[in-house]
Amino acid sequence: MRFGVVVFPGTNCDYDTYYVLKEVLKEEVFFLWHKDRDLRGADCVILPGGFSYGDYLRAGALASFSPIMEEIVSFVEKGGLVLGICNGFQILQEAGLLPGVMLKNKNLKFICKDVFIRVERDNLPFTKKLKKGRVLRIPIAHAEGNFYLEEDELHRLEEREGVVFRYVNEDGELAPEANPNGALNGIAGVVNEKGNVLGMMPHPERVSEPLLGGDEGRLIFESVVEWLKER
Amino acid sequence: MRKEREITVEDALREGLTKEEFSRIIELLGRKPNYTELGIFAVLWSEHCSYKSSRVHLKRLPTTSPRVLQGPGENAGVVAIDSDLALAFKIESHNHPSYIEPYQGAATGVGGILRDVFTMGARPIASLNSLRFGDPSHPRTRYLLEQVVAGIADYGNCMGIPTVGGEVYFDHSYNGNILVNAFTIGLVDPKRIIKAKAEGEGNPVFYIGAKTGRDGIHGAGLLASSSFDEEAEEKRPTVQVGDPFYEKLLLEAVMELSGSPGVIALQDMGAAGLASSSFEMASRGGVGMELFLDRVPVREPAMTPYELMLSESQERMLLVVKRGYEEEVIRVLRKWGLDAAEIGVVTSDGAITLKKDGEVVAKLPVSAVVDEAPRYERPMRRPGYLDELEIDYDKLPPPSDYNEVLAKLLSSPNLSSRSWIFTQYDHMVGTNTVIRPGADSALLRIKGRKEGIAITVDGNSTYTYLDPELGAAIAVAEAARNLACVGAEPIGLTDCLNYGSPERPEVMWQFVKGIEGIRNACLALGVPVVSGNVSFYNETREKAIDPTPIIAMVGFLPDVEIHATPWFKHEGDVIILLGDISREELGGSEYLKLIHKLKKGKPPELDLVLEGRLGALLREGIGRRLFSSVHDVSEGGIATALAECGFLPSGEVLGAEVELPSPSFRADGLLFGESQSRVIISLPRENLGEAFKLAEEKRIPLEVIGRVGGKRLRIASGGRILIDTGLSFLRKGWEEFLPQFISRGR
Repeated sequence: MRFGVVVFPGTNCDYDTYYVLKEVLKEEVFFLWHKDRDLRGADCVILPGGFSYGDYLRAGALASFSPIMEEIVSFVEKGGLVLGICNGFQILQEAGLLPGVMLKNKNLKFICKDVFIRVERDNLPFTKKLKKGRVLRIPIAHAEGNFYLEEDELHRLEEREGVVFRYVNEDGELAPEANPNGALNGIAGVVNEKGNVLGMMPHPERVSEPLLGGDEGRLIFESVVEWLKER
Repeated sequence: MRKEREITVEDALREGLTKEEFSRIIELLGRKPNYTELGIFAVLWSEHCSYKSSRVHLKRLPTTSPRVLQGPGENAGVVAIDSDLALAFKIESHNHPSYIEPYQGAATGVGGILRDVFTMGARPIASLNSLRFGDPSHPRTRYLLEQVVAGIADYGNCMGIPTVGGEVYFDHSYNGNILVNAFTIGLVDPKRIIKAKAEGEGNPVFYIGAKTGRDGIHGAGLLASSSFDEEAEEKRPTVQVGDPFYEKLLLEAVMELSGSPGVIALQDMGAAGLASSSFEMASRGGVGMELFLDRVPVREPAMTPYELMLSESQERMLLVVKRGYEEEVIRVLRKWGLDAAEIGVVTSDGAITLKKDGEVVAKLPVSAVVDEAPRYERPMRRPGYLDELEIDYDKLPPPSDYNEVLAKLLSSPNLSSRSWIFTQYDHMVGTNTVIRPGADSALLRIKGRKEGIAITVDGNSTYTYLDPELGAAIAVAEAARNLACVGAEPIGLTDCLNYGSPERPEVMWQFVKGIEGIRNACLALGVPVVSGNVSFYNETREKAIDPTPIIAMVGFLPDVEIHATPWFKHEGDVIILLGDISREELGGSEYLKLIHKLKKGKPPELDLVLEGRLGALLREGIGRRLFSSVHDVSEGGIATALAECGFLPSGEVLGAEVELPSPSFRADGLLFGESQSRVIISLPRENLGEAFKLAEEKRIPLEVIGRVGGKRLRIASGGRILIDTGLSFLRKGWEEFLPQFISRGR
């Protein structure tokens, strides 16, 4: 399968993501420069984490105007798979491909630590290999991951089962102390209506090898591979 | 040359030069310098840039080994792993700016050290930091801590370089002078190391990176090279402002340029900006430069030659390009949206000539500025306080409740969990972090290779205050031990020597003793010093900080998968103590400071030969997978170390039942004494025989002291139970100190 990893100025998880796809999953992967207007036949485009444009203005705001985003929008319209991780998620929100905005974490600080998330949807290209209700231990690393949406829109999002991951405790229960950033309804990841664009704040690429303390993250990448193969 | 007002000795004094230095400049030039030239001399002859008080002593440090590719004198030191891979690393201080403007000061400290490393063509893979703050009760401490941590976090996180560890201590000696020492390590192909040696007459000199503004003007000279006084706050304009996003672009551009035959030399414009980069690069290559200051990209109008040369605006570099490769260089820089201006040319006349508006505004021989910089052998005197350090232990009442003492120690400013700090640092980006912050050393894998790299930073300023030489040696030994505790062999170190004013003989004495201690430990343990930094003038109103040599050491593991961590793993594992348990060494301990309010006594003894054997034992035992956990006994003694072994990273606790040998001395000495070269290991019972054999072979004392299990920590000795307490309770206090300390300010 062909994965394209988008590099904006300031992206810094590009190589981490590339490495997992290439060296752990042994898939075909290439970088896409933000000025490119060609996705080079990618089956799945990944917007990795980092600080695109230094998070100036708002996290993800400037990157959403990059030339490659127009290509990604039409790729999405044609049903292409797009995964946004952390800053990539923020960019997808700014580009209007995913709902919600990210407020500053409730403690106003950058937080880098392992959290637990619960899988809410297992019928997506990104979660095929996960069972609904499964709890994953996975790191977050962000200052703005406090998912917010107006009440009626939030209701609609929940109604259509757009929430894919929620922050929970080790036992899989929602709990205030298990929500690291104050995200509404503990939302850690959402999918668009068509089910082909996923945004998630936690970093699956950081827990894709046992040496780094866990390999549950690779299940998300493997799900995509499996889905693409069966397509 | 344009006519200017004649420079006087008062001008020189204002610039931070002495009367004698000013006379020497006139003698060297055969004339009076103009204002710009005076500024250049002042900043390059400052303590910060010239090492004028330390240079003669630094020569005593061992700097070579078969692995060393680059010792001190470049942007960073380089140590080889093999012919395809080397490590570039350095530590540097940013103390004064961080006290005056903690957020920007700390942030640009990180930015500066990152640039030092990637200027060598090395891709940074991790950072560490060593921080010292004043007493927690001092009104400024909370603010400084919060801002410094935020500054480090925001810069490193945005750059995508993980901050994987460090150390933080509080002591009233830092009330008026905090310390912010930043370390970065990078990977480089030995064939692609970029040096800062300008060569080739006619080669163009490029200015790359951010534009120049009026920030940090003369910072190295006026801020870093003098003590604080009541006017310290007024020096705020000498602090630089950082932009990590811009630096990330600069990093990627330099990585893309490294290996190009067009790159002759590259140097960071750090302290003393364009002045130091141009003069130092020319000096290393024995050449001159002609620089056209009108072509320097500026963000403010009407900057004078003085300002252009002395500005310390961040995220800038000076690049010498091979003639003919200009377009390639410009193309790469443009791709990353960076300024690239051809501002000059390499000459063979051995002078730096500065032109502006078609006129020569300054012309100085490189050798006069660089080679003729003053070198002082300043007077030294043993400080009087050293005669007043004895403790009458008979007058120290032993505590009635050791549980309470242990709980106090673990929830104290110096021994409590640093989690509040390191969760603000992205310590995982780069996906190389095998051991995260909180262990004896951080451990990194190298993608595509089997080996691992361990890094640690250490220094105990109480020890160095009580015995400047022994304390410095302990810092080196402790760093080596921390590396050995994960299974790594030390291959090089970088030191940051933080002291008061070298103009005071007592400080100079402490400094020279410190170097002696580092030298002896390095020689005994076979670790070279490959880079470093001296930070003098850490004093306010004649009150100097405790001498604080900080050692950052780098270790090598043949197989990153085979390593150890400090945490207990299995119920029923046997616990052993390696090292000497027969000495009562409470001098300089955290226990004495915290419980008895005493910063006195003799620091623990250090046997460097034994330390070397202990390291070999640990590496062999870890390599053969004999041990479940390995943890160094340091501040807080055996009791503290045992509790730490039980604070698992998952948030759980795992207890221990321990019986220590009955000592011939008081129980607080047994529990909280800080004798050196000791390690707590847990291991499966079936490996105990092999452990004994190893210990005998390496002649290291080994004592079986207990077993892992339960959720409590019980320590008995001579039939008496000294400690018996729930670990979850201890952990709570240990975790809560820093977040509560910060939130109390709200």
